[in-house]
Amino acid sequence: MSSYYEASARERLHALFDRGSFHEFLPPSERVVSPHLVQLDTPAAFDDGVIVGRATLDGRPVLVAAQEGGFMGGAVGEVHGAKLVGLLERARDEKPAAVLLLVESGGVRLHEANAGLIGVSEIMRAVLALRSEGVPVVVLDGGQFGCFGGMGIVARLCDAIVMSEEGRLGLSGPEVIETTCGVEEFDSRDRALVWRTVGGKHRYLLGEADAIVADDISAFRAAAIHLLDTKPDLSLEALTAEHERLGARIEKFGALRDALDIWSALGVEKPENLPLLEADAFRAAVDGKRA
Amino acid sequence: MRDWNTQARNRQARLARAAALARANGGKEVAAADAGALLEAVLEPGDRVCLEGNNQKQADFLARALAELNPEKVHDLHMVQSVLALPEHIDVFERGVASQLDFSFSGPQAGRLAKLVSANQIRIGAIHTYLELFGRYFVDLTPRVSLVCAQAADRAGNLYTGPNTEDTPVIVEATAFKSGIVIAQVNEILDSLPRVDIPGGWVDFVIQSPKPHYIEPLFTRDPAQISEIQVLMAMMAIKGIYAEYEVNRLNHGIGFDTAAIELLLPTYAESLGLKGKICRHWALNPHPALIPAIEAGFVESVHSFGSELGMEAYIRARPDVFFTGPDGSMRSNRALCQAAGHYACDMFIGSTLQIDLAGNSSTATLGRISGFGGAPNMGSDARGRRHASPAWLKAGREARAGRNLIPRGQKLVVQMVETFREHMQPAFVEKLDAWELAESANMDLPPVMIYGEDVTHILTEEGVANLLLCRTDEEREQAIRGVAGYTPVGLGRDRRMVENLRDRGIIRRPEDLGVDKRLATRDLLAARSVKDLVRASGGLYDPPKRFRNW
Amino acid sequence: MEKLTFEFFGGAPVNATRAPALVGVVGSGNLEVLIEPAELGGACAVEILTAARGFGATWKAVLDDFFTRHKLADVRIAINDVGATPAVVALRLDQAVEDFLGGGA
Repeated sequence: MSSYYEASARERLHALFDRGSFHEFLPPSERVVSPHLVQLDTPAAFDDGVIVGRATLDGRPVLVAAQEGGFMGGAVGEVHGAKLVGLLERARDEKPAAVLLLVESGGVRLHEANAGLIGVSEIMRAVLALRSEGVPVVVLDGGQFGCFGGMGIVARLCDAIVMSEEGRLGLSGPEVIETTCGVEEFDSRDRALVWRTVGGKHRYLLGEADAIVADDISAFRAAAIHLLDTKPDLSLEALTAEHERLGARIEKFGALRDALDIWSALGVEKPENLPLLEADAFRAAVDGKRA
Repeated sequence: MRDWNTQARNRQARLARAAALARANGGKEVAAADAGALLEAVLEPGDRVCLEGNNQKQADFLARALAELNPEKVHDLHMVQSVLALPEHIDVFERGVASQLDFSFSGPQAGRLAKLVSANQIRIGAIHTYLELFGRYFVDLTPRVSLVCAQAADRAGNLYTGPNTEDTPVIVEATAFKSGIVIAQVNEILDSLPRVDIPGGWVDFVIQSPKPHYIEPLFTRDPAQISEIQVLMAMMAIKGIYAEYEVNRLNHGIGFDTAAIELLLPTYAESLGLKGKICRHWALNPHPALIPAIEAGFVESVHSFGSELGMEAYIRARPDVFFTGPDGSMRSNRALCQAAGHYACDMFIGSTLQIDLAGNSSTATLGRISGFGGAPNMGSDARGRRHASPAWLKAGREARAGRNLIPRGQKLVVQMVETFREHMQPAFVEKLDAWELAESANMDLPPVMIYGEDVTHILTEEGVANLLLCRTDEEREQAIRGVAGYTPVGLGRDRRMVENLRDRGIIRRPEDLGVDKRLATRDLLAARSVKDLVRASGGLYDPPKRFRNW
Repeated sequence: MEKLTFEFFGGAPVNATRAPALVGVVGSGNLEVLIEPAELGGACAVEILTAARGFGATWKAVLDDFFTRHKLADVRIAINDVGATPAVVALRLDQAVEDFLGGGA
């Protein structure tokens, strides 16, 4: 077993796709670095924290990107954003089997906030444009820094999300919620609370993550292969139905205070045991009970 | 005629003053709301008071009650206690309730302690090791009143301490058998206890605290934070020291360096065929990081100073390894485990902050009086030891080779440090900060944690320096410089002499030890996360929620 | 930040067609090392951008030892550092050379 959580973005790319198939666009030797960080006396990275390129997955051509959480929490700056947008636009021309986004990001990079914000909005638009042309965009989320802020929104705009239990997905991160709403509302140091609120298992139960896998690169690979043939229904009827489903969800769970209450309301027996279950046992325990 | 009974009569007078506060049922139970009144009734100005609290469990409710007393009524107390951990431990002095202090360790309060000492609000008698302080409880620092902490009491005042017995027996023994008064805070009062750790006859008052006492999970190290450099150092420790000396009885200091060793036993040490040959008996708190080694069959026994939060069910399920009572839960004992660590172990290995050119090490930093705890007793040769073991004999032989000395053994004392700490602070220095601290805080001596004369090996990412084989002070200094890497001390080495020491096996680099640096990755750890530890325990380990990511 | 440059001579040139290699991450206590072939007239050039000022002598000592281990010529090494200790720096440099000469991806 090779931990996805522990691996760097580069290690994930090399282990997840067909052996030797990854080819990087704008590699580090091109030195396309952030023009802003140097002015702020902050070290830059040669790839600006995101690696983009092409690869094959189970023999099928894909375009891929991987964010490196270790560099500024995977935050999106100007170059970082442009690389992602460029990749998505290239996909509109090349029509690969899918685009895979190995996300790991706290959102917009505060050092270059305006450029980062614009970058995130361009990524969103590019994702939607690509999906409308029938190329699925699949998100993998299992890194140490989770997926928050603008990248959290981007992830939910895509066709499918694969998470491990260790992965996290949300809009505001736990520390941000605590800072703005107080520790009584959300204690970001209570890690059990954090994970049962934004972690992979809860996202899977709420229907936001499409697959939940063990923290293992080959498990992510298998789930990604499985999702290559995702064909989203983008019809108005499907969208209306989705909105109705979300409306019903907030109706049903909106007043509940804790993820445990939601799991209980979903009919999960002994919800307090869910965090301890390994991925296979967890899927079996919640089979047919997801929101 | 001389009156030989003043202490006992004074005790009776104190008990009489407090009698009205105690409820029926043997007259020992006092309401939490009356805690302050009870303390005021039994305490007299100038009393020597022991407040229980180590670095794990804390008599926190009684500490608060003591700190809130009226200093006009109760003042000039002489506090004798293992650890100053809670703000209340310092508040007692700031508010004028106490003025004198004898203690051992003050980790979290070290900064405030230093401030109050320089403002003359605290007079420090001495800073001790645990065993020294416990020893003085029976010689010249016997408590008049002790405020202790237990899991539960029954109506007769018997106490059940649960896994965190820690310091309670030694404190109660010293107090109760010298006409002192023992007050216990307990989490619950039961009709019958799982087992009796302290007989009720030794306890005068019991208070059920409104909240369970605080316990710090001090010995939990998240494997996720162990670096590849620490893995490399752990490989060198196992191959270059544990295997060579056949170390079977040992104590590990607290920290990620030693946690890495624990997590390499089922992988790297196993691959070297060392199972059953090293690390069989431990004087150690129940480190969660030891779970994989226990499960792999490396560990035969563990006796503990205290317990560790979340390990209760695991310990209960492994009674062949841990010391457990008839009720199934662990019994720890700090005094006995310290004695075991000092006399019955062949090796201590731990980290430090600074090492000087003579091998003296210290964790003292300016503006903080942090004390010693147990490390000096673990990390010193036991000169009273007389029984032999292969590790002890080999160390003794190396230290005496070529000299006309009567044979004896020596304990292995290993200091394990990266040459640079965080923020590029060098671990090797010409002069310890302890000197400056001693001067600024008016101490008799610079606070040295482990003296150079006791240190047998220094292990860094650069290699292992075997100080046992050094024959002159100059060789020692160059051996230390030789593993000090790129610190100023390391760069100041005599290259030729260091190469000579390497030829003689006094300095050994990873390649000299046959340690393949390329294997030094986190993949070698038997657990890379707290969840892996839970898995290894078969779901028995229940980590505190701050250590979870699930 | 501080920019440091060093040059070493006397090494053996590497094949100019070798693919560049990158190891490490620009995160606290860590660094990235990019190593690539370059026409440098037989020099091995090292360029460092580091967040920790005032450690030029330490870098020189670490790189002197590195060059003793790996006698490279016509190679450019670029480093972005966030206060890594010499142990981590030496480890990443060795890993970078191994990736670079090992022909890894």
